[in-house]
Amino acid sequence: MIASDAQSPQLAKKKFLRDATVHVQDTGHRTFVQKALGGYFVSRDAQKARYRDWEQARDAASLAKWSAVNRLDELLPLFVANFEANGGQVHWARDAEEARRIILDLVREAKAKAIIKSKCMTSEEIHLNAALEKDGYGVIESDLGEFIQQLRGEPPYHFVFPCMHVRREEISDLFGKFLGTPPTSSPEELTMIARRHMRQLYVDADVGITGANFLVAETGQISITENEGNARLTAALPRVHISLSGIEKVVEHLDDLAVLLPILATAGAGQQMTCYNTLYAGPRRDGECDGPEEMHLVLLDNSRTAILADPEQRDSLHCIRCGACLNVCPIFKNVGGFTYGTTYQGPIGSVITPHLRGLSDWNHLSAASSLCGACSDVCPVRIDIHHHLLHNRRNAARTAPNRLEKFGHQIFVIVASRPWLFAAGGAIFRRTLGVLKRLPLPLLRDWMATRTLPAAPRKSFRQQWRQAGKDSL
Amino acid sequence: MKAAVGTLAAGGMSARDTILLRVREALRLPAPMPHFKSLLPSVGSDIPSTHAGSTSSAGLAILPLDVARPWLPDGGDTPESQLAILATNLEKLRAQMHRVADLSAAADFVLSLARTRDWKRVAYHGHALVEPLLAGVPCATYRVDGADAFDKSALEHCDAGITACDAIVAQTGSILVSSATSGGRSLSILPHVHIVVATLDQIVSTLGDALHAAKHRGAGRMPSMLSFITGPSRTGDIERILVLGAHGPKELILILVG
Amino acid sequence: MKISLFIPCFVDQMTPQVGVAVAQVFERLGHTCEFRSGQTCCGQPSFNSGYWDEAREVAIRAIGVFDGAEVVVGPSGSCVAMMRVFYPELLKDTPHETAALDLAARTFEFGEFLVKKLGVTDVGARFPHRVTYHDGCHGLRELRVKDEPRQLLRAVRDLELLECDEAESCCGFGGLFSVKFPMISAAMAEVKGGSLARTQCDYIVSSDPSCQLQLDGWLQRNWRSPTGTIPRTIHLAEVLAGAPT
Repeated sequence: MIASDAQSPQLAKKKFLRDATVHVQDTGHRTFVQKALGGYFVSRDAQKARYRDWEQARDAASLAKWSAVNRLDELLPLFVANFEANGGQVHWARDAEEARRIILDLVREAKAKAIIKSKCMTSEEIHLNAALEKDGYGVIESDLGEFIQQLRGEPPYHFVFPCMHVRREEISDLFGKFLGTPPTSSPEELTMIARRHMRQLYVDADVGITGANFLVAETGQISITENEGNARLTAALPRVHISLSGIEKVVEHLDDLAVLLPILATAGAGQQMTCYNTLYAGPRRDGECDGPEEMHLVLLDNSRTAILADPEQRDSLHCIRCGACLNVCPIFKNVGGFTYGTTYQGPIGSVITPHLRGLSDWNHLSAASSLCGACSDVCPVRIDIHHHLLHNRRNAARTAPNRLEKFGHQIFVIVASRPWLFAAGGAIFRRTLGVLKRLPLPLLRDWMATRTLPAAPRKSFRQQWRQAGKDSL
Repeated sequence: MKAAVGTLAAGGMSARDTILLRVREALRLPAPMPHFKSLLPSVGSDIPSTHAGSTSSAGLAILPLDVARPWLPDGGDTPESQLAILATNLEKLRAQMHRVADLSAAADFVLSLARTRDWKRVAYHGHALVEPLLAGVPCATYRVDGADAFDKSALEHCDAGITACDAIVAQTGSILVSSATSGGRSLSILPHVHIVVATLDQIVSTLGDALHAAKHRGAGRMPSMLSFITGPSRTGDIERILVLGAHGPKELILILVG
Repeated sequence: MKISLFIPCFVDQMTPQVGVAVAQVFERLGHTCEFRSGQTCCGQPSFNSGYWDEAREVAIRAIGVFDGAEVVVGPSGSCVAMMRVFYPELLKDTPHETAALDLAARTFEFGEFLVKKLGVTDVGARFPHRVTYHDGCHGLRELRVKDEPRQLLRAVRDLELLECDEAESCCGFGGLFSVKFPMISAAMAEVKGGSLARTQCDYIVSSDPSCQLQLDGWLQRNWRSPTGTIPRTIHLAEVLAGAPT
């Protein structure tokens, strides 16, 4: 069982409400982030239009993940056997702590002096960097966005666009402070600064840590998707390559990537294909002039088997971490990535975090949604995201109901089951609405402060219908 | 039955066995299939969407594993159409395509690049398509797969790297390189300029075609790295503005011979 | 055809004119309407909050109320979605599952019913104003209603139909969501309401009275337009019945 991040059930929720309130009032920040996302919609729609049948492509992607996840008992061992036959070494981690320990041991055995890392959300999930640093190992994040966040001392804002909330002037100041470079407002120059800074680090690093997007069972290869080329360098130059992946990333056939790689790029970033999609079969082979001498893959459970065991929500393991659901979510766009307080933000984060970290602590994320369904509409692998938020709410109401809320709903059932009581209650409500509106009700204070409430009609529909002598039963 | 977390007590299960056992137990209950849009009845149907998926208990054969997927973007059916689609894609990706009649013309092109850019050192690997391109290049050259062990620093100081490739995918404008055919892993990613030399018959229509061919060419011994390169390196991390040359090559030049 | 009116609790008590307009439109087209006064609420607030046992009781009752009705039509995307999409899930593996599926097959949203079932786009209405349409999320994504309201609006005489740039964004109501997370709800209303108002329409047309409450509430309180006028929300049925209230 996973210990929740040491917070009392109400603390995470209170923090969420506080952060959300602060954030929605920061109009400058909201506008900046929403503008940044605007371009995504344009590119994504253009790329979608190139598909001859986008919905069928989603069906194919969805089927590929569904069949892999539902045969994980067969395909995971098959993948491992093939990967090991390629010369790769597999390590199994039941939870975050075990994964950290395994990686620390590998780094120690490698006598690592310099570690370079490419983007890996799973490593955020297990808080790997902090553990490595505590043991005295410096870790450089090579992905530009992750590097910027590392310098800022912040986690990623969005799991595909880690620093989308940061302005170029702030990045310029950051580089000035940490790298001693002169100020510039050009994104191109800023990128070149990071590029120049990294190059020697790639050459010097003796251990490279990456994630994985897909684990191909048929061939025993891991697939890594990226735009910058930093993952390719991380897996090319250091002597030891360590990859960390959740067990759910398995796909059965190499051919599945023919639809998964483009759809990941289109839904996630509005691209036709991400710049580098690389398949690693193991460490360097005989006859190859370069490449790591050792390749290790750490396979992580960390409650994924718990999600697997829930047939209703098992499909949330199909997630290919494209981030499309974040991009379309009005909650995300208005509260920002940090408000969630979790590794995985946005709709998919709200679905899986209760499984990863405990329902009683984190069910407020599932409640903080209007259930608009934009997420499910955009998900390339057809995860029923917004319905899972409903399922989480149901599970929370069953296992840890709010007594007052439950009582309120029970009262409502009593009223709704008696039309005469319903009509009477409605009439009273309408008569007193004028007064109620002026009462300082603490629970409704914020709701009432942001809107004008309507005037109540004198007669309800049923009253008018009856008085018109119309047909009713 | 769960093994103690984080320990391997005497007689206790390994992490591997624990996880696989959890997986097997978890999968005892079947999950409904996703709600395939293309399988639902047509517009106007009254079947609620949440219900349609769960009634299916059919096996995995609803959509055949079909290599020729008509719903993905077009890759072209003929060499002419494939080349045209490729050219359009490469242009959108800001990769350069240069057609030459033969290797000698290719070498001239490389020579002119080296001169105008004032390159000091060019890296390459041993390959019938690549080696001729270095003929007459005025600057120093570095062969990554030569007799001496690979030298990262030497490669880092090269202005350009020249490689062959496994295939070129028209559908996406991607170039497939591998550690077996393209001089290892680093040559196609570290230098600032990546030049790929290929012949027309290396162009395939779709990503699926390229994956299929790679699998069979590998014949049980895949190269340790296969990489689809789709344009020069790029990032949108700073205010979502596109910048080329984040860490990988800033320029990608494809020389098509034939 | 005899049409059984499904008048959501909110419409019954707070916006009865919407129900009246629905009946007027159907009667003008030559159909008879009935209103089964045993109906109260579809149970969505409890369902959305996760209190499914409570919601189930309300649902079972509602199914009973509409037993035998030929068709059930309601002027609310969210309430119709509750009955059509969620009742079968809510009552799965219970003795009421078949009845839920049966009801689902004959329950329709107002605009969808006119166009898809009655085959009508021109109801003989006149509404000489500039309007824009707000796509309510349940209607849009659970019921797949997008074109039908627009087809109906385009057939209305003297009506100018505008599109905003955030047509498919959520208004931020989400039922109890707006009460539990009022600040987020307000921010979403600002985005959607602002986008709708910037079309400089006279009316914002919606097929969902709860969206209307949300948008009206926010706009009336917060919208500052250069002309000083604030667009009002109105239900599609009211437009088709031909007169704003």
